[in-house]
Amino acid sequence: MNNIEQHLKELEAKSIYIIREAYAKVDPLGMLWSIGKDSTTLLYLVRKAFFGKVPFPLIHLDTDMEMDEVYEFRSWIAKEWDFELTIEQCPPEDQMDPTLPPASRAAARKTEGLKNLIRDKAFKGIFLGIRRDEQSMRAKERVFSPRDETGQWNFKDQPAEFWEQYKTDIPEGAHLRIHPLLHWTEIDIWRYTKMENIPYVPLYLAQDGKRYRSLGEKNITFPIDSDAATLDDIIAELEATREPERAGRAMDNETEDAFERLRSSGYM
Amino acid sequence: METTGVRMLGQKDKNYKQMRIVIVGHVDHGKSSLIGRLLFDTDSLPPNKQEEIRTMSEKRGMDMEWSFVLDSFQAERDQAITIDTTQIWFSTDKRDYVIIDAPGHREFLKNMISGAAAAEAAILVVDANEGVREQTKRHAYLLHLLGLRQIVVAVNKMDLVNYDEARFKEVSDEVNAYLTSIGLEAKSIVPISARTGDNVAQKTQAMPWYKKGDVIEQLDSFEPLASLSDKPLRFPVQDVYRFDGQRTLVGRIESGSLKKGQKILFSPTNEIAEVTSIEAWPKPEKDITEVHAGDVVGIKLDQPIFVERGHIGSAKEEPPMLSNVFRVNLFWLSNKSLKVGNAYKIRISTHEVMATVQALEKVVDTDDLALSETDELKRNGVGEVVFRTRDVVALDPYNQHQLMGRCVIYDGFDVAGGGILNMDGYPDQRINYIEKPKNIYTVDHLIPHQDRARRNGHFGAIFWFTGLSGAGKSTLAMNVERVLFEKGYHTYVLDGDNVRHGLNKDLGFSPEDRAENIRRIGEVAALQADAGLITITSFISPYRADRQAARDISPEHFHEVYVKADLDTCESRDPKNLYKKAREGKIKEFTGISSPYEEPENPDLVVDTQANDLDICVNQVVEYVENHIRIPKNKLQAVKA
Repeated sequence: MNNIEQHLKELEAKSIYIIREAYAKVDPLGMLWSIGKDSTTLLYLVRKAFFGKVPFPLIHLDTDMEMDEVYEFRSWIAKEWDFELTIEQCPPEDQMDPTLPPASRAAARKTEGLKNLIRDKAFKGIFLGIRRDEQSMRAKERVFSPRDETGQWNFKDQPAEFWEQYKTDIPEGAHLRIHPLLHWTEIDIWRYTKMENIPYVPLYLAQDGKRYRSLGEKNITFPIDSDAATLDDIIAELEATREPERAGRAMDNETEDAFERLRSSGYM
Repeated sequence: METTGVRMLGQKDKNYKQMRIVIVGHVDHGKSSLIGRLLFDTDSLPPNKQEEIRTMSEKRGMDMEWSFVLDSFQAERDQAITIDTTQIWFSTDKRDYVIIDAPGHREFLKNMISGAAAAEAAILVVDANEGVREQTKRHAYLLHLLGLRQIVVAVNKMDLVNYDEARFKEVSDEVNAYLTSIGLEAKSIVPISARTGDNVAQKTQAMPWYKKGDVIEQLDSFEPLASLSDKPLRFPVQDVYRFDGQRTLVGRIESGSLKKGQKILFSPTNEIAEVTSIEAWPKPEKDITEVHAGDVVGIKLDQPIFVERGHIGSAKEEPPMLSNVFRVNLFWLSNKSLKVGNAYKIRISTHEVMATVQALEKVVDTDDLALSETDELKRNGVGEVVFRTRDVVALDPYNQHQLMGRCVIYDGFDVAGGGILNMDGYPDQRINYIEKPKNIYTVDHLIPHQDRARRNGHFGAIFWFTGLSGAGKSTLAMNVERVLFEKGYHTYVLDGDNVRHGLNKDLGFSPEDRAENIRRIGEVAALQADAGLITITSFISPYRADRQAARDISPEHFHEVYVKADLDTCESRDPKNLYKKAREGKIKEFTGISSPYEEPENPDLVVDTQANDLDICVNQVVEYVENHIRIPKNKLQAVKA
């Protein structure tokens, strides 16, 4: 095993440990699957943790605004991997906070969809595939991150988290966001995807000089200039770039605090 | 929103493993400047950032002010939120580093611990002018509690003391003295100036008298945390799955290795089973036959033994300790003070247990390491706390296992503190759980108990004296024996002199030997009582668990007598000059001084030798004894008839 494989195996072990901790201590659990590279990697790790099983509901928060290739991939893999998928429809945009900038308003639909879901299913824990290196607000996250009854994230007073002993007890009505991929980077995800042969939506590969580096709704996500047509190309591209990953995600970049507002009110 | 050097991560397949470092030190000793300088000198700052710093500095009429690097990142990356740990990356020729930066706010301790608990190395920054200050000591002490052992001390602002070698030596000596006093050792002490860049990433001409490496070289010389593969096997069970009707135990191998076919001992249940397979998904081409420290695994066993989350698998020969009492050197984070008598949920590895604070032995003032006596530990305090659990817990002391020997304490919903397990002075109670031959007393004597009692005129019994050295146990025992003897009772005292020199002469004073000493005395006392003797034992017997074990041998005969006098009184009596020697360090593990005495919780009799004269105490015991060995009149007559 070379250094990189060794490194990926360590990341994998840490994630599986977190997933199993959550399964042992938090009930009921659910997992959000956005169909993107990160949450598909997370889904694969869940199957590893439970020897091929997915022992909790898998949910796609659907806005009906995903790209066609995303929906195709969703149907294909749900059949291929044989798991049960719950599709949760998000409320329409005109019900969102009108003071949010437009792209954030579109993104906020998912926040509301998630809140509805947590309330209806009384989930105590939700797995999410976010990473620290994606975005500076996410860099502050805990692995087990409590949310109060309203879904609010109190990032100014987070629990101490050390020695892989997590906060797993929460008051009635609150829930935990559980982040088993927090310690991974974008390039780790692609290297692992390659090593483990995990399927991914083909939109990540370049066509006609463009590819998607991050997948979101079609009205608020834009491709980047790229000639990366294979996984190796993507990895080589990331080794060289200094552009942030989510530059093509409109809601992150509308105003200085747009993403902070989204996250503190409960966005993923 | 550019992030610090994050894109550089993993570019090179050099020593791929990143190293996490934490930078600590007193306020204004130059932590931020050093971080800025490290980023600049390792070329980890984007070009526009350098320009920005230059402009900010010039505006204020300064040379390059390196602490602005952090300020500017925080303004940009964190907007108004600087209270949490953030991570900053830089890269040397050898490897990538992640600096865990915890801005110095009131939440510092909570956030520093959250970030630094996973750090592998630390830089302790000390101002050359000011020397060691309060936070220097506090932070160093926390590094010690967090288990960080790779430490570089950077004596900063050498430019302000004219790069004076003598001043550097003074500060180095001061730092070394403190670190040594808390059991830490700096790998190196480097004289630097973060402002001018001397000895940070390059050795300049400023301090020709300094011959060793700069800060970067020192960091690069650190090793990633060593694998624990060579340590004894520890496999804490994380969960038990029953998918497809088959039972699989999952967890992480914390140390050692585990093989297919190996017999595994589970603690604290002492159950043994053999590993029949090591599971993985997707199914590997070849069966897995061995797994090592760091692997997360699933195993199947050949026996349907009782195993659940929290049990620890080990080799039979090298199991963890068992104890229902343990000491934690802890830091406390909760707003609600830790108090004696409070119960908390504690997690040790995957085991979760309710534990009561039995004693707050020390509250440590990190400044002068003075110990104060108080019954509560406040937020951000550190201290040594003894916890007691109802059932025994499997554990390893920190000095034997850095992963298994630590715990996290929960109060209500919240993480309230954490610390490392220190079992100095406490015995392994596993000895009490080794299955005993059960038929010692059921060998068919042809003489019924009542017949012995009738012949003797009284029943046999054990009066187990416990108390500090100097409390008066032996004096009392010998006098009680004399009085009972003269009254015609059959009685005999087991005392240090007649046991330690013969039956137990192979035993010393380690916690384990003390436990074995007491175990043997318990057995002998039980035999004597069974033979009809009024047996008095006179031993400190400091541990509750041992006294309980002695009671369990022969519960119907056993009476616990607490011979009570406080430590000051006993020390002032000091009939054998033992306390004096213990205070001088000539006797190690002396009860009450360097080894714990656990007071009885519900003794059958308390004899206060501090408040009462010997005669009163003797009468009190004799009266109690006579009340408990007497043959009831109706029975006596029945026997006589």
